[in-house]
Amino acid sequence: MFKILEKKQLASQVFFYVLDALDISRKALPGHFIIIRLNETGERIPITIADADPDRGTLTLYVQAIGKTSMEMSLLNVGDSILDVVGPLGNPSEIDLYGTVVLVGGGFGIAAIHPIARALTLVGNKTISILGVQTKERVILEDEMLKVSSEVRVVTNDGSYGSKGLVTDLLQTMIDEHETIDRVIAIGPLVMMKAISDLTRPHKIKTLVSLNPIMIDGTGMCGACRVTVDGTMKFACVDGPEFDGHAVDFEGLLNRLKSYTLEENSAKERYMHEAEDPCRLLEPLKMD
Amino acid sequence: MGNKIPRTKAPEQSPEERRKNFQEVSLGYTPAMAQLEASRCVQCKKPKCVMGCPVHVAIPEFLKQVAVGDFLGAAKTIKNSNPLPAVTGRVCPQEDQCEKHCVVGIKGEPLAIGKLERFVADYERTHNELLEPTEKAPPTGKKIAVIGAGPAGLAAAGDLAKLGHEVVIFEALHKPGGVLFYGIPEFRLPKEILEAEIDYLKRLGIEIKVNYVIGKIKTLDELMQEDGFNAVFIGTGAGLPYFLDIPGENLNGVYSANEFLTRINLMHAWEFPLFDTPVHQHKTFAVIGGGNTALDAARTALRLPSTHKVMLLYRRSRDELPARLEEIEHAEAEGIEFHFLVSPLEIKGDKGWVSEIVCQKMELGEPDATGRKQPYPVKDSTLSLEVDAVIIALGSGVNPLIAKNSSDLKTDTHGHIELADSDINLTSRPGVFAGGDIVTGAATVISAMGAGKKAAQGIHQYVMNIDI
Ligand SMILES: Cc1cc2nc3c(=O)[nH]c(=O)nc-3n(C[C@H](O)[C@H](O)[C@H](O)COP(=O)(O)OP(=O)(O)OC[C@H]3O[C@@H](n4cnc5c(N)ncnc54)[C@H](O)[C@@H]3O)c2cc1C
Ligand SMILES: Cc1cc2nc3c(=O)[nH]c(=O)nc-3n(C[C@H](O)[C@H](O)[C@H](O)COP(=O)(O)OP(=O)(O)OC[C@H]3O[C@@H](n4cnc5c(N)ncnc54)[C@H](O)[C@@H]3O)c2cc1C
Ligand code: SF4
Ligand code: SF4
Ligand code: FES
Repeated sequence: MFKILEKKQLASQVFFYVLDALDISRKALPGHFIIIRLNETGERIPITIADADPDRGTLTLYVQAIGKTSMEMSLLNVGDSILDVVGPLGNPSEIDLYGTVVLVGGGFGIAAIHPIARALTLVGNKTISILGVQTKERVILEDEMLKVSSEVRVVTNDGSYGSKGLVTDLLQTMIDEHETIDRVIAIGPLVMMKAISDLTRPHKIKTLVSLNPIMIDGTGMCGACRVTVDGTMKFACVDGPEFDGHAVDFEGLLNRLKSYTLEENSAKERYMHEAEDPCRLLEPLKMD
Repeated sequence: MGNKIPRTKAPEQSPEERRKNFQEVSLGYTPAMAQLEASRCVQCKKPKCVMGCPVHVAIPEFLKQVAVGDFLGAAKTIKNSNPLPAVTGRVCPQEDQCEKHCVVGIKGEPLAIGKLERFVADYERTHNELLEPTEKAPPTGKKIAVIGAGPAGLAAAGDLAKLGHEVVIFEALHKPGGVLFYGIPEFRLPKEILEAEIDYLKRLGIEIKVNYVIGKIKTLDELMQEDGFNAVFIGTGAGLPYFLDIPGENLNGVYSANEFLTRINLMHAWEFPLFDTPVHQHKTFAVIGGGNTALDAARTALRLPSTHKVMLLYRRSRDELPARLEEIEHAEAEGIEFHFLVSPLEIKGDKGWVSEIVCQKMELGEPDATGRKQPYPVKDSTLSLEVDAVIIALGSGVNPLIAKNSSDLKTDTHGHIELADSDINLTSRPGVFAGGDIVTGAATVISAMGAGKKAAQGIHQYVMNIDI
């Protein structure tokens, strides 16, 4: 059992947790993730380790409540426990001196780029973090990102904060204005990662993306997380989750992510119906 | 003479009934049936059956005890060499092992050793409430880490605990059992039985830490140098699924057998939405392969309520099917359609979902070095089957997680851990032992257990000699 020590709601669908997990916290590096199972009937879902504190023995997580499991988790409170937590899984991000690195975070991806930005800044890179959200109210971690990046730029789809449009619009402008970009790291919805990879490809800017396919075991045993990279089959849980964005078959992955939409939606609807009133957490529920 | 009595058949759920449920197919012997069957044993002086058993169960002795009705005594006899008889009695390929060598089988049918072993273990579990492990040596003060809670790890842990060592098992998944839990389905090995056997090990004082992926959360070095383990046993199995490398494998509706079986067995997808993990509703399955894994996947698919038809595609003929004979017969009776001498070329899709599988027809040539006839493609002959799901069950390789994180552990080109001393299952690294599928590649439950037991002896010698 893994106890929740802190919990906060950051935006309508985004929750922050601090979890008691000593052994994992000692080994967690930027880019690692865990798989959790809330209870005996639960499914296993992967969540990025946004921060780890080995002294306190804790992990920091940011979870977007989009479906049955993440919504159920959003109802847990300080003092409640999660039945199973396994990790750290996946390969850590490559941290080295690259020059100027642009980190693009969309949605929960903002939490995922936070530890990477910190590590990259620490070794001497110039880091420009781009936070992409729909609207001002959804901006998370802005202060924290300011502390760990050389620069932070916010993009909102509706223009209510920062620049208006999509993260790709901002990146396009940066490229057009000949800003130096030695490397891009993009984490967020697949469509966003695909669009960014498509944008940087002709400019030959090395672009890493962190893929989020459906996973079960997270140890290389089931093959559910398979993706095609450079024409060969890779298992995101053990070979990734970070891959060269220019080599990933995004179309294939987008299709595979749809495989359980039907069942997931029915589970969510049933859950929202049965749980007292989780809807209050989710006001305008938007799915991408 | 006992051997004029025909082999006693164990009652089974009828095929029509069982293909709609996940309950066990074979119902097992009654005490009277067991006694009758055991009485057929002629008590050979040099019992050949024992030589066929990888852990040398004292077969004539336990059969004699069964024949006279001393079932608990028989259980004790078996457990001297086999810690999980309720499991092996159900899943051993007996026709290739103990029963293959039974002399009664020369003229008639061999003794039903597996069914009797199962009966004895079930009898003990349901009749001996105490079941308390007695024969435990005084504490030695040595700590042993066992990595992986499959049959190899469980067998090693059991023996080590009885020898008085402190044993901690580290298991990557949230349930112990390895393939016995996530792979072999409920209708062949009820989880309740597995859990009872694992409980017995816990009562020996073994600690099982689930959710521990060794190589990630801790390395071998850390276990030995920081956590004070005197020796380590690696029994991490061969769980890495192979794919076909043909077009269309990433379509929705294509599964590795591991994924399909894990969804059902470990995550209870057949009880969705009671459990959160779903499995998609398909109508027509093609299962590729011919081993136990393929048959388990096929028969599991058949039991899902939306399924109309399950086809099993195998590139050789029925004679070469590597699965247990009993499972093949059960599958045939349940209505699995076997297609022999076909090999998949391509999976075609419609809107991202599987719609068709195209196969090459094959014919058999001469036997190869292993004695099995090699399949060859028949020119210009393809065959196309309409399906909406494909399960790939081609066997599996080893997971590199541990070796990758431990430089001085020797492995072969396929990643199997190499043994420096195969009498005691010692690896190239002092204090580190290994056994089961991680060493041999995909094999059997009982051979994995045999390896675990051998390693336990090796570990015992190793840790007891160090300080003396
Ligand atoms: C390596 C990795 C790290 C991740 N880190 C985080 C994290 O830090 N925080 C976080 O909130 N989420 C993270 N995710 C995504 C998270 O695992 C999924 O959101 C979660 O499985 C949803 O479960 P659910 O039951 O709540 O929703 P479901 O009912 O399973 O899904 C709801 C909707 O989301 C879609 N969906 C399902 N799985 C994914 C997925 N993996 N990616 C995108 N869409 C999906 C479904 O198609 C469906 O439309 C990560 C995923 C991976 C693979
Ligand atoms: C579907 C299926 C059906 C089968 N049917 C039969 C049958 O009828 N009869 C028969 O004799 N054999 C059968 N087999 C084969 C048999 O199950 C295996 O040979 C046997 O389970 C091997 O045992 P093992 O202990 O070596 O490995 P496994 O059973 O694979 O167990 C290994 C364990 O180690 C864990 N692990 C892996 N890596 C790590 C790590 N880094 N840290 C911690 N834990 C880790 C795994 O999660 C797993 O629990 C079948 C196999 C399959 C897949
Ligand atoms: S363990 Fe397997 S091979 Fe040995 S006697 Fe029992 S059923 Fe036969
Ligand atoms: S070979 Fe057959 S008859 Fe002889 S002891 Fe073994 S089981 Fe009995
Ligand atoms: S999640 Fe099972 S292999 Fe990656």
